[in-house]
Amino acid sequence: MGESKLDLLQGTLDLMVLKTLAAMGAQHGYGIARRIEQASGDDVLLNQGTIYASLVRLQQRGWIGAAWGTSDNNRKAKFYSITRSGRKQLAKDAAYWQRLSDVMVRVLSMSPKGGL
Amino acid sequence: MSALRRALSRLFSFLRKPSLDDDLEAEIAAHIELATQQNIERGLTPVEARRQALVRFGGMDLVKDQHREARGIMKLDILLQDFRYTVRTLSRDRSFTIVAVLILALGIGANIAVFSVVNTILLRPLPFPDAERLVWIAPPPTKCGLSCATYSTDAYDEFRMYSRSYQDVTGYFAFSSPGNLDLSLGGAPIPATSIDVIANFFQVLGVQPAMGRVFRPEDGNNGAAPVIVLSDAWWRRQFNADPNIVGKAFDMNGHQTTVIGVLPRTFDFGAVFSPGAKVDALTPLNLYGPPRDYGNIITLIGRLKPGVTMGQAVPDAASAATHMCWNNKQPQSCYQYIGAVVPVPLKDYISGKLRRSLVVLWSAVGAILLIACVNLSNLLLARAAARSKEFAMRTALGASRLRIVRQLLTESLMLSFAGAAVGLALARALVSWLAHQGAIALPLLSTLHIDGAALAWTLLIAITAAVLFGLVPGLRMAGGNLHDTLKDSGPGSGQSRRHDRIRSVLVVSEVALACVLLVGAGLLLRSFMHVLDVDMGFEPQHAAAVNVDYDDSVPNDKTGELSEAGRGVIFQQVINRVSAIPGVQAAGISDYLPLGQNRAWGMPWPKGVKQPDNVHGSPLVYVITPGYFRAMGTGIRGRDLTWDDGPKTQNVVLINRSLANFFDKYAHWPNHDAVGQMLGDGRDLLIIGVVDDVHEESAEGDAGWQIYYSALQNGPSGAQLVVRTTLPPAVLASTVLRTLRDINPKQAMAEFRPIQTLVNHANSPRQFFMLLVASFAGLGLTLAALGIYGVISYSVTQRTQEIGIRMALGATMAKVQRSVLVKTLRLALIGIAAGAVASLMVSRAIAALLFNTAPSDPITFAAMVLLIAAVALFAGYIPARRASRINPMVALRNN
Repeated sequence: MGESKLDLLQGTLDLMVLKTLAAMGAQHGYGIARRIEQASGDDVLLNQGTIYASLVRLQQRGWIGAAWGTSDNNRKAKFYSITRSGRKQLAKDAAYWQRLSDVMVRVLSMSPKGGL
Repeated sequence: MSALRRALSRLFSFLRKPSLDDDLEAEIAAHIELATQQNIERGLTPVEARRQALVRFGGMDLVKDQHREARGIMKLDILLQDFRYTVRTLSRDRSFTIVAVLILALGIGANIAVFSVVNTILLRPLPFPDAERLVWIAPPPTKCGLSCATYSTDAYDEFRMYSRSYQDVTGYFAFSSPGNLDLSLGGAPIPATSIDVIANFFQVLGVQPAMGRVFRPEDGNNGAAPVIVLSDAWWRRQFNADPNIVGKAFDMNGHQTTVIGVLPRTFDFGAVFSPGAKVDALTPLNLYGPPRDYGNIITLIGRLKPGVTMGQAVPDAASAATHMCWNNKQPQSCYQYIGAVVPVPLKDYISGKLRRSLVVLWSAVGAILLIACVNLSNLLLARAAARSKEFAMRTALGASRLRIVRQLLTESLMLSFAGAAVGLALARALVSWLAHQGAIALPLLSTLHIDGAALAWTLLIAITAAVLFGLVPGLRMAGGNLHDTLKDSGPGSGQSRRHDRIRSVLVVSEVALACVLLVGAGLLLRSFMHVLDVDMGFEPQHAAAVNVDYDDSVPNDKTGELSEAGRGVIFQQVINRVSAIPGVQAAGISDYLPLGQNRAWGMPWPKGVKQPDNVHGSPLVYVITPGYFRAMGTGIRGRDLTWDDGPKTQNVVLINRSLANFFDKYAHWPNHDAVGQMLGDGRDLLIIGVVDDVHEESAEGDAGWQIYYSALQNGPSGAQLVVRTTLPPAVLASTVLRTLRDINPKQAMAEFRPIQTLVNHANSPRQFFMLLVASFAGLGLTLAALGIYGVISYSVTQRTQEIGIRMALGATMAKVQRSVLVKTLRLALIGIAAGAVASLMVSRAIAALLFNTAPSDPITFAAMVLLIAAVALFAGYIPARRASRINPMVALRNN
């Protein structure tokens, strides 16, 4: 079942987390993981646990903050939110990914004969 | 900035590791619960909901590891792991660890100690504020000793007035003799040494008193109440560190003298200006009292104005010199200082002469460190060979190459730091021992201690050493081919052969380095032996000197004749009484002793011969009594003084051979014989004898010109009684002192100094360097021998089986032994050849430090080469013996 799913490239998860937090506001780890799965149409191979390494990395870079809080259904959970410098980083990384994927599309759509 | 924050937060999270782990646990628990809850809401059973949640979460331990790695504790974790692992392996291999740490401790310890010496004498500024602005002002060296290195009081005043480069100029009286201050506290006076300094001395140097005050200008005026400033050491020793000493008065030289201050521990006059001598106190020099017009008596020290360079100070001093007169009342004495007023940085004056020796010393310990590192490399390689499978296995199990190199590096660093710690303790002991060697005439030695710079140096050396000795084994081990290593069954196969080769190269370089050290030490040792062989012009053994106090003052003695006569009576009595003591062979008095202070009175000249203009320098003057030459063991041609050569008879002198020969060049005396000829210096001086040249400044230098006057016809500046005896001098000390006190109750409890100590003192810097270099060479040789032993012994162990087969096939014990020894000799000879070539180059660099010894001295080279070869053979003999004792049956059955 996993074979048909996409393996995550290095660094892409961090970007997804940032984007998710930017879009949804403060969110706990499970929420972020679920959201990424949903947004990707369950196309991404994600062990939900992997998210936590990404979260601590982003935290150390100062791009997200964290605080313990209470979830909708009254459970204690750690909530993450994007910081100002996180938003800047997100803009930068998103632009980079956009360019990269454009390039990939163009390169991969080269005609077999090598014409221009 | 953000990198810093990340590093901080990583460190922070490492320190908070348990709580962060708990945090993560809680977070994961919350995650699972949230997921389970949602799954239940989607209609799953609670059990299935939880199972699905766990599946989606993924491997719990992997997540925790990833999390930890991300938050940065992984590296520190690994470091701790490496550390613990290293401690375990090192403590398992205890003998290796002890040997390695010991070798490093010796190498690093020697380096720290020598660095401290170099730092104290050469690198660190002098212990004064803005010390780089202090200069020593003196003429270029000439033939008349201290008298030509000093200035008159008039010249000092003029220099101070006409020079523009200086904030202020000060100086001190250069002719104080040791024991010139008699402190009376009731009993017999206690001798101490005090130096007269110009009142602004401390202001110019920038020395603040630890207690009380230093001198004010009025302390040096005529009729000022006598005051004194104590050195820290004397204050502690003599006055029990009395905290209320300031203001107290003591009887010193018969005057009630008030202690006005105590100097800080950091200022030791002797250590800076007269190395190896002890100066207990400083007293103000009265520039306008009796010493006025005594001639050249003051040593000048100046403090440059801020921003003034030496380039400006030198011409400024030269122009001031044109205004300076020896005595302002004698116009013909002006201009004599032209060309003789040259400032040099005080630091250069004090330690410049030692620069070369210290650099040599520093290089020697550097070589020691290299040898130690090579040795350790070798030991580690031997270990590496034994551990190669362990590391191959670790690689096979997934350890990265980096991880293994890191592990090895941790090991090297730990060994190195352990060695450095032990070495630091060794160096501390050595340094504090050196600091208390008052007899070594090296400047600032008493201020020697391990300071921050030395600690930093230790750290640097430890890390450098670790990299040096850890690199080769590390690369070798990490770089090995996994399959080969695992297949390599050890003895005789590829990997160990390669190890062997590297180890041989290491040993050869070790031997070469030791060879260079030994040759250098050998040359210095030979020079030192030559110095000891120098005929000093006197016989230092079986003689001793003691300072005699006497009072020859006669009231209203206009011409000085009365006191001269009185002095004759006192001296004759002293010498007769002392000569009568059993065991005393001869006794005599001189005011100055060789290798100590000296002075000159200008140049007398043969009567009736025109003195050319180009004669520079003048003979050193000694004022002596009959018997002095016999007591010193100096040979006379002609006759000695007698007690009849008194104030009313013909003035007589003795001159040394060099001066006699010099005069003869101009006077062309009959038979070139000076005895019986007449000199003139305003008076007529009859030469009654020619004496041996006495080495005045040092054993190494030329003996200069010397002239000896009678103490009954001239004023001596003190009296040193020299006693020659058949007994050990120390035995006589109390009897002689009792006799002197009998004659003069005011005689101080002066020190009875064997003449040999004067010579030893003069030779002490050379001896100091020679001993240090020699002990480093010995250390180097030992380490090299250890290295050879290690390699040969290891190769014998590796080849046990092979040797066993050979013996089974008929090789004799002797043959096996010979083959091992040949291998040893081959290694040693290659090393020696390389070392000898290097030594030839190095010895040329130290040529300036040698005395009567050629840098390529064949005897030294041959002796050292033989010594190394012998030691190498011995180091190889032990394993060779073992090899020849191998029992073929046992060797073949093993493995």
